[in-house]
Amino acid sequence: MENKAIYERLTEIFHDVFDDDSIVVTPELKAADIDEWDSLTHIRLVVSIERSYKLKFSAAEVGRLKNVGEFVDLIQMKAAA
Amino acid sequence: MSRNLYTNMEWLPPAPADFAAQCKALLQTSDTLGKRVQHLAGHMLDENNLTRLAKVIRKARDGGQSLAPLMPFRLGIVSNATSHFLLPALEATAARHGIALECIEADFDQVMQEALSPESMINRAQPDAVLVAVDYRGLPLTACPGDEQGAQHAVASALAHLDAVRNGLRGNGKALCIMQTLARPVESLFGGYDAVAPGTLRGLVDAVNRGLAESIVGSEDLLLDVAHLAETVGLAEWHDHTLWNMAKLPFASAFLPFYADHVCRLIAALRGKSRRCLILDLDNTVWGGVIGDDGLEGIVIGQGDATGEAHLAVQQAALSLRGRGVVLAVSSKNTDEIARGPFRKHPEMLLREEHIAVFQANWNDKATNITAIAKELSLGLDAMVFLDDNPVERQLVREMLPQVAVPELPADPALYARTLLAAGYFESIAFSAEDAQRAGFYQDNARRVALQAQAGDMEAYLASLDMVMTVQPFDETGRTRITQLINKSNQYNLTTRRYTEAEVADVETDPDCFGLQIRLADTFGDNGMISVVICRRELDSWNIDTWLMSCRVLGRKVEEAVLGVLCDEAHRRGISQLIGTYLPTERNALVEDHYARLGFLPVDAREDGSTVWQLPIDNAIRKPLPIKLRSIALEAAAEGVAHAA
Repeated sequence: MENKAIYERLTEIFHDVFDDDSIVVTPELKAADIDEWDSLTHIRLVVSIERSYKLKFSAAEVGRLKNVGEFVDLIQMKAAA
Repeated sequence: MSRNLYTNMEWLPPAPADFAAQCKALLQTSDTLGKRVQHLAGHMLDENNLTRLAKVIRKARDGGQSLAPLMPFRLGIVSNATSHFLLPALEATAARHGIALECIEADFDQVMQEALSPESMINRAQPDAVLVAVDYRGLPLTACPGDEQGAQHAVASALAHLDAVRNGLRGNGKALCIMQTLARPVESLFGGYDAVAPGTLRGLVDAVNRGLAESIVGSEDLLLDVAHLAETVGLAEWHDHTLWNMAKLPFASAFLPFYADHVCRLIAALRGKSRRCLILDLDNTVWGGVIGDDGLEGIVIGQGDATGEAHLAVQQAALSLRGRGVVLAVSSKNTDEIARGPFRKHPEMLLREEHIAVFQANWNDKATNITAIAKELSLGLDAMVFLDDNPVERQLVREMLPQVAVPELPADPALYARTLLAAGYFESIAFSAEDAQRAGFYQDNARRVALQAQAGDMEAYLASLDMVMTVQPFDETGRTRITQLINKSNQYNLTTRRYTEAEVADVETDPDCFGLQIRLADTFGDNGMISVVICRRELDSWNIDTWLMSCRVLGRKVEEAVLGVLCDEAHRRGISQLIGTYLPTERNALVEDHYARLGFLPVDAREDGSTVWQLPIDNAIRKPLPIKLRSIALEAAAEGVAHAA
């Protein structure tokens, strides 16, 4: 899967979940950068990404993520599997 | 997939593409805020959109803005799971049901503490009701396979635990409780034998649910049947262990909109906001086919035919609802006498005239008819549900009468009844002997009532349909459908002349004949061929031999647009006037005034009721119409005629 396409789709999902169209999704983006990114919004984000890519993540997979770049790697790995 | 019907709540219209922008715009004008919030809440919304709308509702409340006419309701929430994610979903969903909901949330897993302490957050807040969102993991419910006594003990202590919570909340906070049945876990111990052996978790959960339901009778408390919700969408999907382990979510968040809708239905029912009247369309809703065209023998209803059984299920659902107090009415575009035919004479019909309180079959728009029905029954428009297979009629009623609930319907009539019932319009929290008779209080005699003034801006609605009418001469491609329409149309048919396919083919080549096939597309899709006209040349006149139209596109100014095309084409061919004839039949009273409405002058009226009309082309009145015209091959056809002449 193209990296660029994933970032485009993630941007749409971030805008939808955080209701904020100004968010720029980069590999370095992390929870501390967005005020509303608390534990529950995190779940909403994960579930929205799961739905969009028709994937399921385990708690461990999600728990390890440090930033969006790692999330993109995870999506690529799961989608390829 | 039918699970999506429930999960996505597909009876609701899809959210507009600019939903986020519309949410933001809500707060800019405080005028009619409550109504606009309710309108937006009436769409199919996922968790993200519910959260977005809830944010607006909270901002409005914090800013002291009025949400009237939404009715305020304060709901406490206690849970053994994470309840925080329920709040935005509940608050936004409540607006759909006419409620301005404010939630007071207890801390995580503090159910008993909150109930028993008079000083707890919930009890001090004195909410109108408390949602006791407890699942099987929140009860002392340990499986004891094979131990019958142990099982009884476990069930009794679980019920006692719930009773203590209810008594505490009632005693300390004066709130009524919304209790949840337990969604049964899917994992089994023995296999099918779980249902047989005493003390399995499955057996315990079933017994608690039964005991809980029994304990609701005679109390003020309400039952939220979560077990049924979970089974409807599938227990394996409902229980999401990953989300439970990660964040203690009690069920998969995909079902949050569905769950929230059920909580809010109960609250709305408690506040008397459940709907009370079901208005039925007839053709292709109550039976398959079009009674005016297909006749009593041609409509499809009854056992032994898949489509007939599907529509029978709609009738059965309507009758069952009537049996519990929902009033039935009819709104149909039909001639009254013809529409009543199946109710009186068709042996397979379950619905009869005596079941229908008001029977409106006429050619007026449905919004006007629904207004008349509401007035006759002295019920508010917000008590009405309107069931119609035609998306254009549905959208018209939604736009003109936003208070009326209009379920979206899937293409397959087998799902009509299920969809209607899934929407929960008639949610009830009690059932008395009086309810069973209520429908009869309306003196069901299928009465017809006078109409009120037209209910809204029809011009604007028609313009919003973005209609495109495609006109072209008869050709080989259209021949079969043209022949079908000529031989099937009864109602909007001026002369009811039937032709074979060979005769239709002759029209294509006869230089003195002009055959026009008309198609119509709109925002809802392509309606296909909906009208046919045949003119025959006599000196400098066109004699309109055939003019017919599908009743599906009635009231959309198609006939006016067709007249415009006829005038243009006549002019191109050196024709100076149109001669129209109306030949009455038992079915076509609808078009008695067709030519008069189009500005034709009467020339002759014969004893058999037939009339002849004339319109000099130059006298034709050309009004701007909400229909875009696309013409194919007409110019070439006109040139061909010029050559032949």
